[in-house]
Amino acid sequence: MADAVQISGSLRSRLTATLIGGAAVLAVLLYLIARTYAAQIAQQGQDNVLGASVTSILDAAVVRDGQVEVDFPYAAFSMLSTPADDRIFYAIYQDDTLLSGYDTLPKAAATPGDVSFDTGSVSGAPVRIATASRRMIGAELRTDITVSVAQTQDSLSGTLTEIGRNVALFGAGFFLLAVALSFWATSATIGPLQRLTRSVMQRGPQDLSPVSRPVPSEMVPLVSSLNSLMGRLDHSLRQSEDFIAEAAHRVRTPLTTVRSYAETTLQRVDKEENRQALRSMVRAIDESSRAAGQLLDHAMITFRADHLDRQPLDLVDLVQDLVQGLTPVADMKDITLRVHGDAVVPYAGDAILLQNAVRNLIDNALKYSPGDGAIDITVKAGPTPTIDVRDEGPGFPQADMARLPTRFARGSNAAGIIGSGLGLTIAQDVAVAHGGRLVLGNDPKGGACVSLSL
Amino acid sequence: MRFIVSLILAVWAVTAAAQDWEERQVFASGAAQATPLRVLSSTDIALFEPVLQSFLARYPGVEVEYLVTSTASLDTYFRADPDGYDVVISSAMDLQLKLANDGFALRLEDVSHPPRAQWRQSLFAFTTEAAAFVLNRAAFAGQELPTTRQGLIRVLRAAPETFRGRVGTYDIRASGLGYLFATQDARASETFWRLTEVMGALEARLYCCSGEMIEDVAAGRLLVAYNVLGSYAAARGDLGGQIEIIQPVDFPTTMMRTVFVAERTKVPGPAVDFLRHVLALQSADAGEEGYALPPLAGATGEALPSTIALEPALITYLDQLKRKTFIREWESAIIQGP
Repeated sequence: MADAVQISGSLRSRLTATLIGGAAVLAVLLYLIARTYAAQIAQQGQDNVLGASVTSILDAAVVRDGQVEVDFPYAAFSMLSTPADDRIFYAIYQDDTLLSGYDTLPKAAATPGDVSFDTGSVSGAPVRIATASRRMIGAELRTDITVSVAQTQDSLSGTLTEIGRNVALFGAGFFLLAVALSFWATSATIGPLQRLTRSVMQRGPQDLSPVSRPVPSEMVPLVSSLNSLMGRLDHSLRQSEDFIAEAAHRVRTPLTTVRSYAETTLQRVDKEENRQALRSMVRAIDESSRAAGQLLDHAMITFRADHLDRQPLDLVDLVQDLVQGLTPVADMKDITLRVHGDAVVPYAGDAILLQNAVRNLIDNALKYSPGDGAIDITVKAGPTPTIDVRDEGPGFPQADMARLPTRFARGSNAAGIIGSGLGLTIAQDVAVAHGGRLVLGNDPKGGACVSLSL
Repeated sequence: MRFIVSLILAVWAVTAAAQDWEERQVFASGAAQATPLRVLSSTDIALFEPVLQSFLARYPGVEVEYLVTSTASLDTYFRADPDGYDVVISSAMDLQLKLANDGFALRLEDVSHPPRAQWRQSLFAFTTEAAAFVLNRAAFAGQELPTTRQGLIRVLRAAPETFRGRVGTYDIRASGLGYLFATQDARASETFWRLTEVMGALEARLYCCSGEMIEDVAAGRLLVAYNVLGSYAAARGDLGGQIEIIQPVDFPTTMMRTVFVAERTKVPGPAVDFLRHVLALQSADAGEEGYALPPLAGATGEALPSTIALEPALITYLDQLKRKTFIREWESAIIQGP
């Protein structure tokens, strides 16, 4: 069992949060900038009109008979009409004396020839004030005329509110778009990582091949280390399999030699207790040899399971061949091997592995069957291709059923019967390699029943 | 000290109460504890009474004190005592607009009125009335009637002895409406000045109000009255046989009578009800007969091009310097006697 992985946040949430946060900051910034800019432009517009008004009043000023007359045009004020009906105020000063207009309008100093703008208030109403002055020179008269025109800012603030609302809507839309984009960008970024995870998770337990799918450059270090880790793991697994195979092979050869010596000696020895010892010896050697053989088989299956060599074949044919090969052994125990089921069961599989699996199952059946019995082998095509092997032996001990297909596990009733505990493991590995499974069961009438479905 | 203050207040109150009203009448439905509503107006009671009666019929709990004075003194009285009146009605658009501009009018956001006929949701127009020539029918019998200012000038010049001392117009120094008509005429065409010159040469008689001019024309004391409110003349059905009302076709100067609720009114509820009632009665589609005042034309659609626009530019001619200059010019044209 692997240790629980320590989780430190989520890349997806972090990325999404960063993008959305950034978008929010940008949207607010956009709103503020656009608003400020709009306010400036709108104020500029009002200032231009106020300036024109002041100038047109000032232009109308004349000195007649030593008196200042300001017969300003109607347009001076009609140009100040706004949709919001802003109030207007004005004042005309000669030097420091109010000639005409509102004395409530704050008097502003003005530099001649230049319109100056200011913000103030007239009887509580905030206004924008434009002021300009002009020096009048007549006979025996030298005087400064100063004109101020003020306007409330209702229309301006109305415009600003409208612009503000539009910009806010625009900013919100921009933000929503950015949110959608950031979700999309996040899944697009996380996508390859998830695909890699999925492809690693979906691998078979034996699959230690490197990841071959192209990955984004940022993931190359991770994937290379993963590949190199798996490579080393594969290498060391292979080494140990090789080691087992090599060891089994090296053990089997001398064992064969020892067995033939023991057989020969058995012929020559007469004393019963010595013969007994030699028989035990031969049996022990057989057991070791068989175990070594099955270890070899197992190593071979483990290797082949990774690279299944699927060929179209007929399962009935395959079983018939095996039965034919095993009939002499069965005859020695007076056991009949019977094949039932469909006439032809076509299947695409690895013939060597399937032979191995079925041979092991029949072997087991032979070992546990009492003499003078029968083993029924049923081959069926549907619903899935299945090979059942049924004997008349004692059956599987109920308690061991689950662990029997694991390596070197043997039934509690197997004492005295030669076996390595690898036969069912091999059959199960083959079934799994073909995408099938191995089911152990007992016949209610007695005897074990092993079902290999593919 | 307190005594002196009280004395001053008392004297002031007496002076204020003793203002010289042209007409003053209290309209009440007789309900007990009626809310008093002071309406300051330049419109004669004769013309406005039907409106007042229909208001009382609908709002019997209000007692309307209707005070009539000339447009110019209306402005003076109201500025002197802005607390003393609840509703102000005047035909002098410029003075009304200046009052609204100066913050004396209550802003009524929920009164729906065509933008052209209201200013700042505080000043509302409710009639459309043109300035007209009023002629003595007998004097012009058998003659082609002048329909333009040019035509009127020709008629006056053709028979100076007939018209001498028998032409009349507003004294723009005394009448706010006369001043408004004169300034708008002057804006529109130089013909106004020529006409004024001609009338001055004929020793024109100057009037404060339309009513007197109309009566004098009817009585034959005047043969021609210029810039008279056609609506007043038309309302005098009894004089229909003696007078001829002519809307000049060259540029008919048209004003809108306006109403506002005083900013400092103590009875805003009845005051706003009154304003709404007047606007509803005078809207062009009200379709009710019997009211002497012409309705607001073009309230629903077309604007009359010659109608004086309700805009802040109206305060231009109220400027002291401009007024002084204008009146000086006018005086030198109209008063040519010794």
